[in-house]
Amino acid sequence: MTTSEIQFDTPATPATEGPVLQVEDLHVSFPSEAGRVHAVRGLSYHVSPGEVLGIVGESGSGKSVSSLAVMGLLPSSARISGSIKFQGRELIGQNDAELSKIRGRRISMVFQDPLSALTPVYTVGDQIAEAILVHKKGAVSKAAANKRAVELLDLVGIPNAVERAKAFPHEFSGGMRQRAVIAMAIANDPDLIIADEPTTALDVTVQAQVLQLLETAQEVTGAGIVIITHDLGVVAGFADRLMVMYAGRAVEKGNVDEIYQQPRMPYTLGLLGSIPRLDVSEKQALVPIKGNPPSLTDLPPGCPFAPRCPMVVDACHTAEPPLVDVDGSAEHQAACIRTNEIAATDAEGAEAAVEIFGAEVADEPEVAKIPRDQRDIVLELDQLVKEYPVNKGVVFKRRVGTVHAVAGISFDIREGETLGLVGESGCGKTTTLMEILNLQKPMGGEISVLGTKSSDVDGKRRFAIRRDMSVVFQDPMASLDPRLTIHDCIAEPMQVHGYAKDEINRRVPELMRLVGLRPDQLSRYPGEFSGGQRQRIGIARALALEPKLVVLDEPVSALDVSIQAGVINLLEELKSKLGLAYLFVAHDLSVVRHIADRVAVMYLGKIIEIGEVDSVFDAPRHPYTQALLSAIPIPDPVKERQRERIILTGDLPSPANPPSGCRFRTRCFLHAQLPPEKQRQCIEVEPLREVQAEDHEAACHFAQIRQVL
Amino acid sequence: MAGFLLRRLVNYVVLALVATFLAFTLASATFDPIGVLQQRNPPPPAASIEAKKRDLHLDQPIPQRFVTWMSGVVQGDFGRTVADRPITDELGRRIGVSLRLFLLGITFGIVFGVLLGVVSAIRQYKFSDYFATLFSFILLSMPVLVLGPLLKLGAQGLNDAIGSNVLIFVGEATPGFQGNWFESLVDRLQHLILPTLAIALGQIAFYSRYQRSSMLDVLGSDFLRTAQAKGLTRRKALFKHGLRTALIPMATLFAFGFGLLVVGGTFTEKIFTWYGMGDWLVVGIGSQDANITATVTLFVAVCVLFSGWLADVLYAALDPRIRVN
Repeated sequence: MTTSEIQFDTPATPATEGPVLQVEDLHVSFPSEAGRVHAVRGLSYHVSPGEVLGIVGESGSGKSVSSLAVMGLLPSSARISGSIKFQGRELIGQNDAELSKIRGRRISMVFQDPLSALTPVYTVGDQIAEAILVHKKGAVSKAAANKRAVELLDLVGIPNAVERAKAFPHEFSGGMRQRAVIAMAIANDPDLIIADEPTTALDVTVQAQVLQLLETAQEVTGAGIVIITHDLGVVAGFADRLMVMYAGRAVEKGNVDEIYQQPRMPYTLGLLGSIPRLDVSEKQALVPIKGNPPSLTDLPPGCPFAPRCPMVVDACHTAEPPLVDVDGSAEHQAACIRTNEIAATDAEGAEAAVEIFGAEVADEPEVAKIPRDQRDIVLELDQLVKEYPVNKGVVFKRRVGTVHAVAGISFDIREGETLGLVGESGCGKTTTLMEILNLQKPMGGEISVLGTKSSDVDGKRRFAIRRDMSVVFQDPMASLDPRLTIHDCIAEPMQVHGYAKDEINRRVPELMRLVGLRPDQLSRYPGEFSGGQRQRIGIARALALEPKLVVLDEPVSALDVSIQAGVINLLEELKSKLGLAYLFVAHDLSVVRHIADRVAVMYLGKIIEIGEVDSVFDAPRHPYTQALLSAIPIPDPVKERQRERIILTGDLPSPANPPSGCRFRTRCFLHAQLPPEKQRQCIEVEPLREVQAEDHEAACHFAQIRQVL
Repeated sequence: MAGFLLRRLVNYVVLALVATFLAFTLASATFDPIGVLQQRNPPPPAASIEAKKRDLHLDQPIPQRFVTWMSGVVQGDFGRTVADRPITDELGRRIGVSLRLFLLGITFGIVFGVLLGVVSAIRQYKFSDYFATLFSFILLSMPVLVLGPLLKLGAQGLNDAIGSNVLIFVGEATPGFQGNWFESLVDRLQHLILPTLAIALGQIAFYSRYQRSSMLDVLGSDFLRTAQAKGLTRRKALFKHGLRTALIPMATLFAFGFGLLVVGGTFTEKIFTWYGMGDWLVVGIGSQDANITATVTLFVAVCVLFSGWLADVLYAALDPRIRVN
């Protein structure tokens, strides 16, 4: 079935002149124990028919709240004022019954977390059909709606849609669920689609698929799109115009190209400068925006960004600057009294940010000057295997299969070196990490830490090895015990390893300073700190025993970009100061490129490409690496529009039943183009890692360089 | 799924057997029906005592007595009471009396408990929520021994005010009642209202608290927002998507609530002079009768286990994620 078979009464020219959505002076506030939270404070914007508006900002900047206000989905405790006009019709003040006629038919929404966005007890097909039936009761029969639901599922790229429509949400992967939500959103041919962080919860390869699907959705429906994100990369190639939000207001608006090249508000500059770039090979300085977004209960007078701004002057504290035209053009507006001075700097975009915020590149650690093969090996994996049994039966369990989570991987990490371990979720990254941390005898292969094999150590020796190896977890909110003070959190590893009390009391404040926190906050509890600060506390705890190796499990993926930059800078600085080695597990390849010396790409329990980071990123040999890299958006609208994406089809195959020969062949674009006799090699022979260049190996029979950045 | 439920059922038969065996053994080991007989004034002749001993198989070891009794049960004969009346004759009537009361009570309890919980959750921290909370806590903290008499007092007041005996709170039907089927039905209903209320009120209080919190969990969920974003009104989204999902964790409670009720229903039966299974247990213990005790225990065990089985079925019906495996 092709797109053309599905009827969308897309008007070639919009039926109404003027914007689809016109928001004027929107205010939203909520009651809270600390007083009224003014989440949105005087926001105005418009979306023209067929236009894509990107709204960017940190969490808590009011971007989601303002969109929920448009949908009329805010809780009843919210106080809303101002004007929201949809196709000339005022939405504020309409009751739920009236709004529900517009919701889903004229305006639809795609939410952030596809895993929880669908009702678990109804089939996917029924839920899509419901979106049609609720608006066209009587006009459309139930059977017709079901048929249409199948067509829509097919349109959004769900294979075997007739069967899959009968599946329940839990039988869909995250990416497929997001497709189903998009199918629901376009079911009634809406005039406006609001996408609230639609790709944040997804893997990069799936993110690329979903972004492309949104573009398709926009083409078939001709709808205006509002895309909300905290990732400036995501919107660079997709949005026409951009609005940057801070503390409930728009602080900069304009065309995408202008905002990326000539940002005129320090906050926008900071955001741009804080993103690690995939396409930059020399060491790039990341701009951290210090501090945290302000509390929105009672803002002091003046510019709300002033406390975090590097360009702050006394005048900034007198009044909140309004949005003013930049360079005499109403198309580009910024809310800063010093826009002209920013314009005066010669540098563009992120470089201007580095200049203004004064970011620096951390020094190389001393040990890095010694050639790699002369340095000590800190961690070595040799053909590590981890399998899980799949059992069936309640009383009499019997084994019906095996999940090959890690299928023989090898790598080593030398002193003072960072190895990035990347791959989609489900590829075995976390299992590898847990095996390393467990320090038990593996099912197959060998793990050696500082030359000691995990298979021939006893409990006592294992305990001693743990001193040399520590871990920082992904979620800073969940990895600190909320009932321990910060002092106790950091002191715990030292107590376990029998440090003297004086020694602990001396060392804890020292560690706090090391990670950039004030030691006078030691008696506080984790709940009083922000995400970025908690991650710093986690790092301090990891460093308490002066380890040689720190295992970092997605340490920055739960943080906002501006905060992320600060933590990355800290990690680099610590590495340089303390000569640490990192095993850095991440799915964000931009971060890996920035921080890692070497990178290993995992697919279905195997390392398919490994090597020096610039070599792998600039000249990737394995088709999977090429696809991964091409899926990652670059925060540069001009480059981004010219890039050609390699879109991988489908999801990761089940590790319980991996494909024969090359595990990647079922999704490989290269494999699909090969003549049959070469294809047979992929199907029958498992490719081994072969040296491609100096410190660069890839496991592909037909490895060839393809530049994707 | 069907196979799974069938296996469960087989497990339950074994469990019911074990429960009954334990009750029978305990009762047989502690009861002394002959002692009761001997204390009669004047004492019965030794020959008739000996005959009674034989009738009650007291000369056999307890496991053998259980086997004898159980082999009867399998054929539908639950043995005889100490007073030498067949248990089977009375069993059907008593089960009917009890189940009529319990099933009605729990049905009202579930329906109104769920509704009250949902309304409380949707109108959290409003007056109606506080009122429902207060109502529930008062009822939960009040044993049926207090609630029953209170209801009786209220009913008496109502009857006096109307000047006619609308609510009757002794027995399950007027003894020797003559009339056509409709009059007979009205008479039974008049007897039924108060004890049903005594059971339902407690159940409403219990379920409404759980339903409230399970509904509150769902209220903030993303899928409810998706349903509204599709164009469902809030009310429709709440009932079609919210309540349906919030009922899943309640399935276990419903089932085991029923099991507990059968066990605890003894007091309600006693208070309202209903000759049901609960009352029979008291009678059985009073007359030192192992057969009655074991029969009632078997009934309770079957009820509890059947409820557990029902919970599995309910779960499978409500939650497709369970259904797959």
